[in-house]
Amino acid sequence: MTSYLEFEKPIAELDERISELQETADNGELDIAADLKRLQKKSERLLKSTYKSLTPWQKTQVARHPQRPHFQNYITHIFEEFEPLAGDRAFGDDQAIMGGFAKIDGRRVMVIGHEKGNTTESRIKHNFGMGKPEGYRKAIRLMELADRFHLPVVTLVDTSGAFPGIEAEERGQAEAIARSTQTCLSLHVPMVACIVGEGGSGGAVALASAERVLMYEHAVYSVISPEGCASILWRTADKASEAATAMKVTAADLKKLGVIDEIVPEPVGGAHRDHEQACVALKTAILKHLDELSGLSDSELLQARHQKFLSLGEL
Amino acid sequence: MSWFSKVRNAIPFIAKRETEDNLWHKCKNCQEMVFLKEFEENQSICPMCDHHGRIGATVRFVQMLDEGSWEVLEAPEVQSDPLKFKDSKKYADRMKTAMADNDYPDALTNASGTIQDHPVVMGVQEFGFMGGSMGLAVGAAFVNGVNHAIDKKCPYIIFTAAGGARMQEGILSLMQMPKATVAINQMRAAGLPYIVVLTDPTTGGVTASYAMLGDIQIAEPGALIGFAGQRVIQDTIREKLPEGFQRAEYLLDHGMIDMVVHRKDLRDKLASVIDYTMSGIKAA
Repeated sequence: MTSYLEFEKPIAELDERISELQETADNGELDIAADLKRLQKKSERLLKSTYKSLTPWQKTQVARHPQRPHFQNYITHIFEEFEPLAGDRAFGDDQAIMGGFAKIDGRRVMVIGHEKGNTTESRIKHNFGMGKPEGYRKAIRLMELADRFHLPVVTLVDTSGAFPGIEAEERGQAEAIARSTQTCLSLHVPMVACIVGEGGSGGAVALASAERVLMYEHAVYSVISPEGCASILWRTADKASEAATAMKVTAADLKKLGVIDEIVPEPVGGAHRDHEQACVALKTAILKHLDELSGLSDSELLQARHQKFLSLGEL
Repeated sequence: MSWFSKVRNAIPFIAKRETEDNLWHKCKNCQEMVFLKEFEENQSICPMCDHHGRIGATVRFVQMLDEGSWEVLEAPEVQSDPLKFKDSKKYADRMKTAMADNDYPDALTNASGTIQDHPVVMGVQEFGFMGGSMGLAVGAAFVNGVNHAIDKKCPYIIFTAAGGARMQEGILSLMQMPKATVAINQMRAAGLPYIVVLTDPTTGGVTASYAMLGDIQIAEPGALIGFAGQRVIQDTIREKLPEGFQRAEYLLDHGMIDMVVHRKDLRDKLASVIDYTMSGIKAA
């Protein structure tokens, strides 16, 4: 069962009526097949039109949808093999950031990403996708490993932000993020970053400083959460919707600004309504970019990545 | 400023007198009143409690660089207000105010000069300019400072002070993190030292990028340095924060920086660090 978002209320109501009617029809009490079909068509149209014109704040909610595919769903649908690797060799193994060797369409790559978890239990285990220093240091280790063994790096970015807590600070959250960003920017292998859900600030940049950045149609990527921005600049978190619009957090905005390279389409009604279809589109895009990058030499790759960030926002 | 002095200062024909406001400095730490002149002559350090006050770019250049050795580098031009951002106020208007209140056009200014005869390029972040926040102008100034240092074959020293990224420039402010990091990598490729001096306060995206990537990490005593803001942490964990949390000394204890250096010793310390890190380069 899909759980509906606040703005999907009209669709939810329609779908409820449809399932009630369906029950009646199943009981064979009345012949309402035509009515049912009409309503289903209406619901589909409504879903399509709603998702065609989502506001930035609505997209933020879609990007955070609890049923949206998460790291392990992508692993299942996109990669035919996954060999998980663990630990930062210094402190621990952070379950908020996962990674390992993987095969995508026969190619060997290193895949690294945030995992938010799908159930209450797993959300706690994965700390809601909020990485700690040991998570970013694991990412650094895996990226360096990929670099030495000539494996392209694919990242799946989905975090509200790096974890803000005492232990994260005392173990050097800022340094871990900075160093992870620096490692991205030092790789001699192709790197494709995918913003699949929330691209939350430094915790996202640390895994997204790649020469190719792909982003799902309804994903968001921003310097601070709309609520955070609103509470600082408007002095109330209630203005999150305005803040989301003003900050330009959507894939279309970021494409225009040159921050991302490709928008990956989602199924009608968002990736959470059809994991498989969403993953097919992402897989196609990842493969296309890996292909394009495969012809470049080590120094050309490094140069392309550096040039991308140096020229961003230039006059 | 009291309402009275606000009104008085706004009236042009009444001469501005030397009042308590501009004669005295009240220490933010010990609350003691000190003569402003005495405070400034003491490098903006409270003579009573040794609290290091925040200082801007010009004062920092004067304090750190050899007299007559330095000149300010021109700020690179960047897009202004790329998102046409507006909250309760237009970003463009906030910028106008900030520019009018400050010596330089944005929050990071570089100077080229010498420290005890060692050539350096030095950048100073101005907390007074929109909280020192990092946007396109700060990123461009950082890259420019590094490029000058590479041209001069000398160290780049940055004095950080910032609340974080400049929200009004949205994602482009976030992109200054990798941008500055590319410059640091180029510094590294050129074999030149990159030295960070963390000053009060340095938080957010600035800490999580160029402020933590120095070859040598120095901090001023008592400086607040962290990734997440204290209120955010408190809201997340709902516990009291430990004594001295996110202060320079706390970072030293946790292995995050090399040294905490008193402002009066900073020039000597920088000269020493430069002497060691540049000795091999001179000989080559």
